[in-house]
Amino acid sequence: MPLPAPDAARPAAAAPAAAAAAAPAATHRAGWLAVGLLVASALLMLLGASVGSTGFDSVLRMAHDPVALQIVWDIRLPRTAGAWLAGALLGLAGAVAQGLFRNPLADPYLLGSASGAALGGALAMAFFGVSPTAAQWLARVGVTGMAFLGATGAVLLTLALARGVQHTLRLLLAGVIVGVVLGAARDLVELASPDILQAMQAFTLGSTSFVGWVACALMAAAWALSAGAAWALARALDGLTLGEATAASLGLPLGPMRAGLVAAMALATGTAVAQTGLIAFVGLAAPHLVRSIARVTHQRHVLLSSLMGATLLLAADILARWALAPQELPVGVLTAALGGSYLLWLMHRRSVQGGAL
Amino acid sequence: MKKIAISARGISASIGNASILQGIDLDLPAGRWTSVVGPNGAGKSTLLKVLAGVLRAGRAGRVEGEVRLNGTLLNHLPGRERARQMAWLGQNEETSADELTAYDAAMLGRLPHQPWMAPPSAADHAAVEQALRTTQAWDWRHRPLSQLSGGERQRVLLARALAVQAPVLLMDEPLVNLDPPHQADWLHTVRALIAAGGTVVSVLHEVTLALQADAMVVVAGGRVLHHGDCGDAATHAVLEAVFDHRIRVRQLDGQWLALPRIEAAAGAAAAATALRPTGPKGD
Repeated sequence: MPLPAPDAARPAAAAPAAAAAAAPAATHRAGWLAVGLLVASALLMLLGASVGSTGFDSVLRMAHDPVALQIVWDIRLPRTAGAWLAGALLGLAGAVAQGLFRNPLADPYLLGSASGAALGGALAMAFFGVSPTAAQWLARVGVTGMAFLGATGAVLLTLALARGVQHTLRLLLAGVIVGVVLGAARDLVELASPDILQAMQAFTLGSTSFVGWVACALMAAAWALSAGAAWALARALDGLTLGEATAASLGLPLGPMRAGLVAAMALATGTAVAQTGLIAFVGLAAPHLVRSIARVTHQRHVLLSSLMGATLLLAADILARWALAPQELPVGVLTAALGGSYLLWLMHRRSVQGGAL
Repeated sequence: MKKIAISARGISASIGNASILQGIDLDLPAGRWTSVVGPNGAGKSTLLKVLAGVLRAGRAGRVEGEVRLNGTLLNHLPGRERARQMAWLGQNEETSADELTAYDAAMLGRLPHQPWMAPPSAADHAAVEQALRTTQAWDWRHRPLSQLSGGERQRVLLARALAVQAPVLLMDEPLVNLDPPHQADWLHTVRALIAAGGTVVSVLHEVTLALQADAMVVVAGGRVLHHGDCGDAATHAVLEAVFDHRIRVRQLDGQWLALPRIEAAAGAAAAATALRPTGPKGD
């Protein structure tokens, strides 16, 4: 039943004009942001193929030098693509977590899910005797599956400890506690099976150096699944911004939608952690950067955050490989340093504005 | 006999160990504006949430009884269908919508009308424009909610509820933070909705504004004390009593007003305390 407004209802013919007016600068900026990020990604991909311990030469010589070709095709390209994909997964997981828990500080790390994924990965390696360098499909899938289970379990544990998502401080505290406890459990697993120690070290520092084409394919598949789920369920994230009860009053089936979003987040986190180890802060920073540039509804926001995370991690990875060349930094160390500073700046800015976190 | 829009039977609700509502039976007629009043902690907001189907049995609380919307049990109604038939505007809901523009926030009211994953239709845009114009929020529709004042924000949330265009509209403290001109606008909007055959239920603290409604439900201590027309002397008597005789209901220019009674004897207040519930705050 259409209800009249005190101002005479505008004729329906005016609606297209309203629609056009309703697509303001924000949508255009979102479009430009997407284009800009894609262009930046493409340039960084090229750069990533030419940076490495043997230098730019390899790219020039790869046409007639099989060794150079192998270096570029089997080492540089997969890890460049891998860094991009891992960043895309982490950015996606961060955007979903922040929307789902209505908390600007939610992130796969602060919620403990990354620690759960690392524990799952460690367990897989300890019990099945696989190392992160193993390139076999089955081993990769096994570690990824365990990491996914670990990530899901950790999120559920955090939610149970925090008794829901309403209380920001409790949620973050619970996430930190779960992260520390699961980290300790991972240490125990490592101590009990010392043969995985070295493999685990690269894993804990976060590094793209073991990423091959198999890992890239796995991450691409996981991205397609979780981005599809996030895209389809973005309405729930929009509805939840007005509060739980309002979202329920709008007829959204919150329970199933939440479960789907948690699964998407855990799949993205688990897959990224299983291939590249613990790379912190990408998932936290990417959605914030997107929001500071373009305010859009969640359907676009999750995809833009994913692109932003991909670009960020790829840039960080190239920096980590290039800064001390021919040595290289684990990229996780670099993102922790840069992301930590960003988080501090964010907190400072919020407290200056008088807003609570 | 008048058609009943919302019918509630044996509604009881408790949160934790505290009992909020105790066996409420209520029939709200269609095409009328009913206001719900009562002291702080009377259970008004909880009652509205139960009627809206937003509050259900959960870990923290317990809800008993049945609610029917136009004769159909709420539990038997699919969520989207219920959302199209009945809109609800909450009070002090903790939102994280700071990043949304006013337009996008109001568009959320169209969710029950939009097919899965479909972009907003022309009808959706028209409904949102009409709602934002009604609450005079159209001019700053592109501003994010974080940059709005409390009253402006409330007008956007009000527009969100209006944009649903549901035949039944439940509002909890819709006038919070609104200045007198916008309060008058709100009265005008409600009257227009009723004239078009809609049903409105509002929880209001401002008793004078609540007296502008067609009917009044007086709630105290989780029970309905009285349900009658706003012009009835009986309603006024219950109203004065439930507020410890600290208000007087008088007529001026054909409108009923609730005036504070400053000379109220301390003894009367003390005697009336017995009537007053001592439930937890946050109704």
